[in-house]
Amino acid sequence: MLELTDICADYGHIQALKGISLRVGRGEIVALIGANGAGKSSTLNTISGIVRASSGSIIYKGKNITKSHTDSIVRSGIIQVPEGRAILTTMKVSENLELGAFIRKDKRQIKKDIDEILTRFPILGSRLNQPAGTLSGGEQQMLAIGRALMGRPELLLLDEPSMGLAPLMVREIFNIIADIHKTGTAILIVEQNARMALKISSRGYVLETGNIMIEDTSESLLNNRKIIDAYLGG
Amino acid sequence: MFYQQLANALALGAVYSLFAIGFTLIFGVMEIITLAHGAVFMVGAFAGYTAATKFGLGIIPCLIISMAASGFIGFVLDLVAIRPLRKKKFHHLAPMIATIGCATIITSIYQGIFGAEAYRFPFDFVPNENYEFRGIQLTQLQLTIIFTSFILMIMMIFFLNKTKWGKAVRAVAENSRTGALLGIPVERVYQFTMIISSSFGGAAGVLTGLNFNTIHTFMGGPILHRGIAVIILGGMGDIRGAMAGGLILGFAEVLSVAYISSDFRDAVSFGLLFLILLIRPSGIFGKKIERKG
Ligand SMILES: Nc1ncnc2c1ncn2[C@@H]1O[C@H](COP(=O)(O)OP(=O)(O)O)[C@@H](O)[C@H]1O
Ligand SMILES: [Mg+2]
Repeated sequence: MLELTDICADYGHIQALKGISLRVGRGEIVALIGANGAGKSSTLNTISGIVRASSGSIIYKGKNITKSHTDSIVRSGIIQVPEGRAILTTMKVSENLELGAFIRKDKRQIKKDIDEILTRFPILGSRLNQPAGTLSGGEQQMLAIGRALMGRPELLLLDEPSMGLAPLMVREIFNIIADIHKTGTAILIVEQNARMALKISSRGYVLETGNIMIEDTSESLLNNRKIIDAYLGG
Repeated sequence: MFYQQLANALALGAVYSLFAIGFTLIFGVMEIITLAHGAVFMVGAFAGYTAATKFGLGIIPCLIISMAASGFIGFVLDLVAIRPLRKKKFHHLAPMIATIGCATIITSIYQGIFGAEAYRFPFDFVPNENYEFRGIQLTQLQLTIIFTSFILMIMMIFFLNKTKWGKAVRAVAENSRTGALLGIPVERVYQFTMIISSSFGGAAGVLTGLNFNTIHTFMGGPILHRGIAVIILGGMGDIRGAMAGGLILGFAEVLSVAYISSDFRDAVSFGLLFLILLIRPSGIFGKKIERKG
């Protein structure tokens, strides 16, 4: 479904990606793990067209999107939930959700989808008219994910969805991700919480300073001595 | 007498608000201060004037033509001066210099065509009638100015808060990267913002020309200074703030002319703005927090 081949990207003289190749199959969950600064976010941003690849190619559903603009990449079905507080804090919760459906025109179905999101995330329902900035960290992450779902992604890119959340909330977010996967959405998840990410994914890539060091099934990565020592806390 | 001054102040302030609302929207969305907004205002005034005198059109078609002309100038400004810098992740000040350059060019061209003298709208352009509300005399001209300004501003607020594209504009204003990740064509939002804001500037030009019964090629300078003061006073990027700030400045000017001296008009009103800013350094509606991380 998505295939990156030898992607390089830089920020001026900082070379963030040094030839990344990875793929995500239809309906698959793939984990991308690695230390801080390894290039995980840069990889997702290159896929989303926010960071330009200096070389290499990105093929999505048979189409070369390496040079496409972010808005057309989003319209083609690749939606990213960026890291950190990526919601629109000054806008209402309801407006955030509506904007998630910006690329869609089926008004009636959008209304239904909002209702569905609200049944999935009941906490958002009681806060619809509040500025999204007043939500707690976990609620904001739910809103960010709910908003992404409003765009009906075929491939969801999640950048550290558990970052800065309390353990209970982390578990909840991962349950939600597993649920989303069950509906057939492919997911590429970036995590520092490698254990959780590998547990829900079928395959994983380990990124180190802009290079893919290891690629394997998540099961063998979870049992790989080197990975356990370096990323799974011994 | 006092109430009469309030009517004058409302007409003056409404036009300041109209000018400033676009000016502040450009800042809020694009994070630039376009110093060509005064020139755009002048272009709008002359477009309305030309439509009125050469083609004998009424006020509504003149306003529409003026808004179209100034909107077009805004589009060109973005294309030649702002967009190239945006692509290069500009420094704050670069667009200011680029837009000063454009303002100078536009003003010079207009001075070449129209010279430096003052022009007037046809004398019966707005019927010279008076209306009385509870003892306050309002001319039809004042009513027209106040009504037009507020209708346009209400339309802008409705657009920004209630329509899909308006919400997209606000999303880009808060965080262009997040906006892009929602599939919003950010470049088009920028272009659109320049067009709509400039067209509001142009409408303000026509209304100012009518209010003072005079337009000239260097009318962009004074309004630009006031516009800057108003958007700082209101809180940079804040639409309500620009509206409130424009009205406050209008009242300050009219009342200082009426009760102090016309020589001190600018000194008094800008002094007042300074005082407000001492109390609220980030403006009336300004946020204490930085806009973006
Ligand atoms: N906007 C940026 N400008 C300059 N350097 C950046 C920028 N974003 C990331 N980098 C650098 O690129 C490298 C990879 O960063 P990133 O992709 O954010 O890593 P990760 O998400 O794995 O923590 C790091 O060295 C980081 O400092
Ligand atoms: Mg990151």
